[in-house]
Amino acid sequence: MIVPIDLALLTLIVIIALVAITVKDLLSAIMLLSAYSFLMAMVWVEMHSVDVGFTEAAVGAGATTAFLIAALARTVRWEKG
Amino acid sequence: MIEWLFGELLAKYNYWVSIILILIGFYAMIAKDNLIKKVIGLSIFQTAIFLFYISLADIGPLPKKGTAPIVSEEMIHMGYVYVNPLPHVLILTAIVVAVATTAVALALVIRLYEEYGTIEESEIIEKERERGL
Repeated sequence: MIVPIDLALLTLIVIIALVAITVKDLLSAIMLLSAYSFLMAMVWVEMHSVDVGFTEAAVGAGATTAFLIAALARTVRWEKG
Repeated sequence: MIEWLFGELLAKYNYWVSIILILIGFYAMIAKDNLIKKVIGLSIFQTAIFLFYISLADIGPLPKKGTAPIVSEEMIHMGYVYVNPLPHVLILTAIVVAVATTAVALALVIRLYEEYGTIEESEIIEKERERGL
């Protein structure tokens, strides 16, 4: 664990999570969630758990984003209100 | 006293961030009206719990020497110890389960959209009430 990298990544993660649940454009929210997952994968590699890191990068940032976009293509893009 | 308090509370900031992220995800699951936003909140909630477990496994910053659990004679001779690999294995399984949960939730959202023509929870409840009458 390297404290400056850890602090910078975690600060960015909290900001991105807050923005992702606030924006009205759902496609933006999904891409922000993808960025969130990728930063989380970087946190895990930095905390020496490399196996979890690359699984998260492939499955969390890749497959989940693809599923969410596929679901969005069959529903509506904009959140109301 | 003050120093001890700061040392104990700030040294474990990973857990504080984990709790903040859990509450952000929980808020999105409860308060947001849009069903896709609820799924995003669920995803944030799950990842926050993974962060908690991986932080449990980790050994602190540099005066303590921790390294990835891969067999390496050189690192052991230099005085490094492995981080605990048990939470890593648990979370590796949990990530796969999380993706399956998200996929099932999205399948339900698509089915609801086909049935009601909207993904806003309040509108679905309203239409359901109209049908009930």
